[in-house]
Amino acid sequence: MSPTAVLETFTALPIKLEVKNLDLFYGSKRALNAVNMKIPEKKVTAFIGPSGCGKSTLLRCFNRMNDLVDSCRVDGEILLDGHNIYDKNIDVAELRRQIGMVFQKPNPFPKSIYENVAYGLRLQGVKAKRVLDEVVEASLRGAALWDEVKDRLQDNAFGLSGGQQQRLVIARAIAIEPEVILLDEPASALDPISTLKIEELINELKNQYTIVIVTHNMQQAARVSDYTAFMYMGDLIEHDLTDRLFTNPAKKQTEDYITGRYG
Amino acid sequence: MVMDFSGHTHHISQQFNIELEAIRTHLSEMGGMVQRQVNEAIQALIDADVERAGQVVRADLKVNSMEMTIDEECVRILARRQPAASDLRLVFAVTKAITDLERIGDEATKIAHQAIAMNKDGQAPRGYVEVRHIGGYVANMLQDALDAFARLDMELALTVVQTDKQVDMEYSSAMRELVTFMIEDPRSITRVLSIMWSLRALERIGDHARNLAQYVIYLVNGEDVRHARPEEIEENINSKE
Repeated sequence: MSPTAVLETFTALPIKLEVKNLDLFYGSKRALNAVNMKIPEKKVTAFIGPSGCGKSTLLRCFNRMNDLVDSCRVDGEILLDGHNIYDKNIDVAELRRQIGMVFQKPNPFPKSIYENVAYGLRLQGVKAKRVLDEVVEASLRGAALWDEVKDRLQDNAFGLSGGQQQRLVIARAIAIEPEVILLDEPASALDPISTLKIEELINELKNQYTIVIVTHNMQQAARVSDYTAFMYMGDLIEHDLTDRLFTNPAKKQTEDYITGRYG
Repeated sequence: MVMDFSGHTHHISQQFNIELEAIRTHLSEMGGMVQRQVNEAIQALIDADVERAGQVVRADLKVNSMEMTIDEECVRILARRQPAASDLRLVFAVTKAITDLERIGDEATKIAHQAIAMNKDGQAPRGYVEVRHIGGYVANMLQDALDAFARLDMELALTVVQTDKQVDMEYSSAMRELVTFMIEDPRSITRVLSIMWSLRALERIGDHARNLAQYVIYLVNGEDVRHARPEEIEENINSKE
């Protein structure tokens, strides 16, 4: 596809996140090479690519999780609604409220189901039980978990199945009303049915949130995403409509990867 | 991007390579069978040869079962491999192509039936020149379409699309001429109609060959060129180079 066509793909859309010339180094090792990309608002964008290609690293840049890695250095900009999240005066805690994250293995707190979801609000100082009740129910409904847990909200979250725990973690993330949800291999530790439930959930969540998902499972990317970005060795190789990328990719490297050929 | 299709043989999964190779090979085989049917049917018509026509009709059973076999192989690949990109287009193009090949087989069978009828009613006084002429065109188109499929040759596919226009024109003019002849000599109507039906079948075979050629273009560069004019297709192919 011609560069103009790529441009057309993204210019018509409101852009939530924009990556500009992003380089990232772990010590002297360069993990991202001058990445430029636009993440459209209220769409699902999937990152695919082989292990070590930088997709998780890029995802973590969006809520500055890489700040926690000592040797990590970032050059370039990431704009959230036009504001650089790497500016010095950015409140990282507030940024992480706006951009929530869900990891590969469900990580509920060793608390009740209710308290897991209410946790973020309590941190913000919300005490009114009525407010908490409402948010907990709305979030659990939003995460398609309410019907399964409404009669045992005070039970320990560890009593839930892996798939339920993952949806609980998503409920916890949406309770604090983020704008973007980052999902790092959210279904890779789950059975096929739980995986489909998560995928269905992603499809519903995109009505309200901008979603970025990293997945090793290409069929999953093809199923859930509107846009797909293929990364290789720290480079963004191709970023396009999922429908187009999986039927007629513009780059040979992309073709080789998604069809399972040797690179 | 113009793909290097040096066989679909570079997947990490060897089994997948084998499966994709199999549908391509089977498509070629089916193409060969249908091509033989067409050539034999034309000859049977010209000679009013009942024996030869019978063989064409019987061969159609094999073509039909081949279509089902290939379809089943394609469904299995879709279900088990979730092919993407050029692999997906290959499977899709093959399922479309075999439908056209099967129809070509049906058209050849129609011609064979006309040959059998003419053996009973006697040969037509006119129309054989047109059968040879249009038959030759169409046989070439089919040959080229199958070659284009095997070699993923877009240029050759384009030639097939262009030739189809020519065939359509030749067909209309043959029709006009035969109608005039029937008006002059009403006793020959039944026999000339047999020729007209056969020409109609040949013209349809040309359309199916054109479809095959269009699938080749889709397979190679991902553009759906059905319903596009030949000039637009040419432009499209050139813009990809």
